[in-house]
Amino acid sequence: MASNKEQWLTTLYRSAGERAARFSTVSDLEIEPLYTPEDARFDYDEALGVPGEYPFTRGVYPSMYRGRLWTMRQFAGYGLAEDTNARFRFLLSQGQTGLSTAFDMPTLMGYDADHERAIGEVGREGVTVTSIHDMERLYGQIRLDRITTSMTVNCSASIILAMYLVVAERQGAGWDNVSGTIQNDMLKEFIAQKEWICPPEPSVRIVTDMIDFCCRRAPRFHPVSISGYHIREAGATAVQELAFTLADGVCYVEHALRRGLEVDDFAPRLSFFFNLHNDFLEEIAKLRAARRIWARLMKERFGAKEARSMTLRTHAQTAGVALTAQQPLNNIARVAIQALAGVLGGVQSLHTNAMDETLALPTETAATIALRTQQIIAEETGLANTIDPLGGSYAIEALTDRMERDAMAYISRIDQMGGMIRAIELGYPQQEIAEAAFRYQRQVEDRIKTVVGVNKYVTPEEIPLPTLKIDPEVEERQVQRVRRMKRERNQRAVKDALKQVAEACRSGANLMEPICEAVKQEATVGEICDVYRAEFGVYKDPAWI
Amino acid sequence: MTGPARPLSETLRHGGAMTQRRVRILVAKAGLDGHDRGAKIIARALRDAGFEVIYTGLHQTPEMVATAAVQEDVDGVGLSILSGAHLTLFPEVIRLLRENGAGDVVVFGGGIIPSEDAQKLKEIGVKEVFTPGASTQEIASWVKENIRPRE
Repeated sequence: MASNKEQWLTTLYRSAGERAARFSTVSDLEIEPLYTPEDARFDYDEALGVPGEYPFTRGVYPSMYRGRLWTMRQFAGYGLAEDTNARFRFLLSQGQTGLSTAFDMPTLMGYDADHERAIGEVGREGVTVTSIHDMERLYGQIRLDRITTSMTVNCSASIILAMYLVVAERQGAGWDNVSGTIQNDMLKEFIAQKEWICPPEPSVRIVTDMIDFCCRRAPRFHPVSISGYHIREAGATAVQELAFTLADGVCYVEHALRRGLEVDDFAPRLSFFFNLHNDFLEEIAKLRAARRIWARLMKERFGAKEARSMTLRTHAQTAGVALTAQQPLNNIARVAIQALAGVLGGVQSLHTNAMDETLALPTETAATIALRTQQIIAEETGLANTIDPLGGSYAIEALTDRMERDAMAYISRIDQMGGMIRAIELGYPQQEIAEAAFRYQRQVEDRIKTVVGVNKYVTPEEIPLPTLKIDPEVEERQVQRVRRMKRERNQRAVKDALKQVAEACRSGANLMEPICEAVKQEATVGEICDVYRAEFGVYKDPAWI
Repeated sequence: MTGPARPLSETLRHGGAMTQRRVRILVAKAGLDGHDRGAKIIARALRDAGFEVIYTGLHQTPEMVATAAVQEDVDGVGLSILSGAHLTLFPEVIRLLRENGAGDVVVFGGGIIPSEDAQKLKEIGVKEVFTPGASTQEIASWVKENIRPRE
């Protein structure tokens, strides 16, 4: 018997005609003309449930945004620590509710500002941090026990976390009162963001040390933010972003369990970070599917007992890669739509990109508009008044199911390969992403996918936007500062402290305690990373095309 | 898969080929950042367009880029920079190429580069700067027009 939908498709719909041969998401997932109850068959309690209850499809907290709005957390960092400190205090004065720190490339890659590899990069893509003194300036006049801070740093994260905790301690805050998130997701570095020092195995060992350490010493800190953001930016589809992120999460859980930690002790401290791209429905479905898959994995595969261990709490950021350098004001509209998807997808914190970020770091005006966009969504649109308002939509539920199915297929494939570290060594996720990125580029160039202002509705002459300039003196000043600090500190104490770090690398003892001691003795990011390089070796880009 | 260690294709360069040898391009990723999406797409698109392409991989210093360009005997270097360090890295690569007797290698590039900086780069000898939104076809035809096999 032909269903209603089938009958409709072959008669009414067909006779009406279509404007395109194929309809698909930005990730190239084919979309049907209509979703009906036939496409979204589910047992309500099993597949959706209520907010705050397994499988958390409709939201991780019972009252969601009616209880508390998401955290508006704009990523900021440039120049010297005091420059970023000023931007932080400006953003807080404008109603931002959490901090998010961007570090410069030398800090992220574990080089001091005075290292030759740092030339030209100091304070450019983020704030420069070489020693504990920079961290003290960075969070000066901001009480670290009264704010939550997110820090985007990975291969040198252990050192930055140690510095953060020492700064908090010097402010008089106990470590058990300090909360925040450090990205520290090394697996996605090998897959996508590609800032690394050591090979995957020791990198994951350091991450596991930090999970273990935070459980014991800084229980309100999230020691890893399992990130799909960069995977998507590197060109992955929405399904790949979802699948590789959750497979990374599985890998960290397995390592923590192998370390002897109890799943319900550390799982509640794992947090996530997803991308918000242009395809509205696909993004909402992705976030809902992410919560459901993670809950099921944690409960069924890892035997978590507590609800908090099963909840996928996530930060999200609008897609940098979806911004255009052409007609940059259009980016304000894109960001607003992407942010809406995040809110309808139930994220816990959100960064909205500034319109000028394809050109440079944002100016204050551009950064303010980005923050205002969130405030408009939160306080003018009414979207925060009811929870998961799109839940039950045939299209959304069908897409959520589809995302879950396709992502689980990837996760099984990675399990069969022997887990994510092995898959990375084989280049599997990297090459899947490169393939998807190339395919999308082709579709844009063949005008199958539209990018307004780039391959359609192009305007010949454009008035350039004013962009943020980083004063070239920043580098000189930081280099001088670092050199002076290195001359004046207690060399003996630094040497001894670094020796302790090296010893822990070898013995397998937790690295965090000796690193906390080393940063107190004014050992630098680069010096501690040099210990990693010497003890664990250096990872080299396989340079696949 | 292509890496920096790929052997030179001697037959194409000196062997019995009747036609002029193919243009060789080094796609280089200088700086500390890991943004290689663009570089990889360009490398692949240039290869598909018929050029010989060598990709350096990430995190190269100007010395590494210039050395690879000389060793691989390339005709052009496409430098991808998204870290904001373009005003430091481009001039350094050009200086080192000249120092190593490879000043005739055409240097072009792309990345997050404001237009006024692109202008400065052209003044110091960068032949073209492509910014976000440039199509691979546009870049491939530019290479075809502007880069010839070196003598």
